[in-house]
Amino acid sequence: MTETNKVNEEHHYMSAEELPKAKSKTKEFIKKFMKRKTAVVSLVFILVLIFLALTARFFVPYDPNQADYSSLLQGPSAKHLWGTDEFGRDIFSRLMVGAKLSLFSALISAFIGTVIGVLLGLLAGFYGGILDSLIMRGSDILFAFPDILLAIAVVAIIGPGTINVMIAVAVFTVPSFARIIRSATLTVKEAPYVEVARSLGCKNGRILFVHIFPGTIQSLLVNFTMRIGTAILAASSLSFLGFGANVTEPEWGAMLSLGRNYLNTAPHMVLFPGILIFLTVLAFNLLGDGLRDTMDPKMN
Amino acid sequence: MGRYCLKRILSTIPLLLVISFVVFMFIHMIPGDPARLIAGQDATKEDVAIIREQLGLDKPLLEQYGEYMKGLLTGDLGNSIKNGKTVAQTILPRLKPTLMLTFSSMVWATIVGIAIGVISAVFRGKTLDYFGMLIAISGISIPSFWLGLELIQGFSVTLRWLPTAGLDSWKSYILPSLTMGAGIMAVLARFTRSTMLETMREDYVRTARAKGLKETLVVMRHAFKNSLIEIVTVGGLQIGGLLSGSVMAETVFSIPGLGRLLVESINFRDYKVVQALLLFFAVEYIVINLIVDLLYGVINPKVRYD
Amino acid sequence: MSKKLLEVKNLRSEFKRDKSWVTAVNDVSFTINSGEILGLVGESGCGKSVTSLSIMRLLSPINSKISNGEVLLNGQDLLALNKKEMRKIRGREIAMIFQEPMNSLNPCMRIERQLTEAILLHNKISKDMAHKRAYDVLKSVGIPEPEMTLKNFPHQLSGGMCQRVMIAMAMSCEPDLLIADEPTTALDVTIQAQILDLMEDIRKTKNTGILMITHDLGVVAEMCHRVIVMYAGSIVEEASVKELFANPKHPYTQGLIASVPKLGSKVTSLPSIPGSVPDLSVMPKGCKFAPRCKYAMDICHTEEPELLDIGEEKKRRCRCHLVNQQEEEVKR
Repeated sequence: MTETNKVNEEHHYMSAEELPKAKSKTKEFIKKFMKRKTAVVSLVFILVLIFLALTARFFVPYDPNQADYSSLLQGPSAKHLWGTDEFGRDIFSRLMVGAKLSLFSALISAFIGTVIGVLLGLLAGFYGGILDSLIMRGSDILFAFPDILLAIAVVAIIGPGTINVMIAVAVFTVPSFARIIRSATLTVKEAPYVEVARSLGCKNGRILFVHIFPGTIQSLLVNFTMRIGTAILAASSLSFLGFGANVTEPEWGAMLSLGRNYLNTAPHMVLFPGILIFLTVLAFNLLGDGLRDTMDPKMN
Repeated sequence: MGRYCLKRILSTIPLLLVISFVVFMFIHMIPGDPARLIAGQDATKEDVAIIREQLGLDKPLLEQYGEYMKGLLTGDLGNSIKNGKTVAQTILPRLKPTLMLTFSSMVWATIVGIAIGVISAVFRGKTLDYFGMLIAISGISIPSFWLGLELIQGFSVTLRWLPTAGLDSWKSYILPSLTMGAGIMAVLARFTRSTMLETMREDYVRTARAKGLKETLVVMRHAFKNSLIEIVTVGGLQIGGLLSGSVMAETVFSIPGLGRLLVESINFRDYKVVQALLLFFAVEYIVINLIVDLLYGVINPKVRYD
Repeated sequence: MSKKLLEVKNLRSEFKRDKSWVTAVNDVSFTINSGEILGLVGESGCGKSVTSLSIMRLLSPINSKISNGEVLLNGQDLLALNKKEMRKIRGREIAMIFQEPMNSLNPCMRIERQLTEAILLHNKISKDMAHKRAYDVLKSVGIPEPEMTLKNFPHQLSGGMCQRVMIAMAMSCEPDLLIADEPTTALDVTIQAQILDLMEDIRKTKNTGILMITHDLGVVAEMCHRVIVMYAGSIVEEASVKELFANPKHPYTQGLIASVPKLGSKVTSLPSIPGSVPDLSVMPKGCKFAPRCKYAMDICHTEEPELLDIGEEKKRRCRCHLVNQQEEEVKR
């Protein structure tokens, strides 16, 4: 860090023409990010997918819930791009319409879980003491149910259903964010600018949200992006296990679960939803990797 | 060292107590009347009362907790509602397939994951590195149930090499353990790579090179051994989570293990069994973490000789 | 005493940065005789360490390369050797000690193993013999209880002890040349003196040539016979220690010496050189020091001066237009 600062000073010293134009940090960041091709491709993929999810109703060739008993379990063809399911419903149409459900339920639950986790992490890291131990021991308890087991346990308590799966995924997101943000807070808390703010008599709340929170945003952004991928995986896993949406709904995991019974005759019923989940999660993970490497190029 | 172990062991006891309490509360956290949920909407009040009595829900909370703790210590966790057998009788036969699966996926995932990580770190920025990291990020992103189904589709349905489901021979374990291990392999590969890259920047690695050691020895004897201390920690956490990760693989491959039992019991609202399984998985995870921590002390001289 | 041990000719090392190559060390030439201590001074980032790693060929092949020059050790060009031959040089003929002794020892290996590793690598002797040798070198570097130290892990030793172990490790195969990269920077002042004494002892008894890389002019004054001053990847001045301190020629050297506090003088503020080392990828045209030089003339900003032999006996070298002009005037 000091090295780069020195270099910048030197720029000023050297000559006025060579002085780089003052750029905002965000612009600099975007410029660096754009160099990472895989991450940019992933971002485009995600944006396109979100656009398709929002407009699916207008462009899909078939009604996603309309049974057509004249074309059951048909493979991919010009008529049905990705084939049909056991009720003759068009899989492409169902997946596109279902994108809204699968993608947004994961996004929303990851977001809610993150917000709660961040708040708890900030409070724990900033105030320390009993509050800290309370929050951290609480997340220890949640951590004792590894991975998807926590989400399953929540569903076991509150029962199946789309909303309940979302709650489960949100709960599943909370503890890891509480931990990440707590440790980020502890680091930022020691930073000189926070000391200065404190010495100037800033109120705790102001210090917390105006000075400390922005300092944790980098790790937050990276972890949130990756967490969306995890949330999609968790939600579709729960649906696959039969805890999620009603099977008639075009949720990706549920569709895959139906296709399981037709592996012999109609493998495309599993193939296309699976590829879509895989690529979506992959895109979020690659985007998260790209963001992390842009912020901290040391690792690559 | 002795003190470190003792401290670490003692510190898990409160967590175990709290977990057991949380699991006890599980049935009380269910919104509405659990007995009514089990019996169904059409059941008579008498039926509901019988179920409530079976679950012990008619007694005061404190007494219930006392009995629960007594049961935990004596191994009596109540009876399954589904078949009337004791919980222990229900769970024990399901243990072996899950343990076998966990073990086999652990072995291949650790070896392959660490190997990919080390190779990627050594050939950083080269094709081999990109290839390794492509495998790793795919392994993290792939839904395990889909991977399982596609493996069945490829190796069982099309090629007819391996069985689709059940546990008849060692062959039956191949596809499920591939399914279960993929994610852990991927996490380990990524973590190993980043730890190795960090370690290879250390001064002592430069010292080793300055001695005139071969690059392979520099990597394996100096960089890898030091990285291993960190890798064991993360690897242990992953492996601890494997047992419950068997849920997906067992469902896909119809294997009668603990994971599938959990799903079945949740669907059947067999709360005593669910309770026991949750407790089992959580305690297993905590104990594995404890072992990993102790192991960390054993392999890290800074802890061992202090 | 004065057998030519190491001769570096026109060394040029480059680093990859954002897909383009930047020069970290440019046209560096110098010699070290056996039994001589050559100081290499300069601010951090001036290419001192890159020079030493280039000699050892320890630069990472992924993002760096030596693009020009020769490194002759006893007349043999190290840059022409293959990897296997080079490994035989490292540790046996050239050994190195580093700035952070605590971090330079492998934390999960006992001292004994780290010492015998190098001994067994370069000598065909038994493990017992290697143990004996390890014991002896530890003793020779002034470690009070070698047997116990051998069994220790690095974290159980102090920084000064670690540096002694590093020196013992470096000397275990009796190399002709020892490269010491800031060997005392990370140590307490009292320990510094002990380590320097130890190195002087080794030089005297083994007639080892030492390349002493440091930014501490005090160390240079105390230890070295000759000094090279580097700035932004190039040598700007070379002279014997006496001459350099008595009569520094290059404005950069003058600045460096002026910024060291002198005992007994009551100055309230020390002069410092304004600005800092330029970034490798945006090197100024002409003399690299010109932007910071208070004597800079027009020519300094357009044309890079050459490193010329100066002084009456031509035993000094300096890279400065101003000094060259003065020399010309003296001649006339």
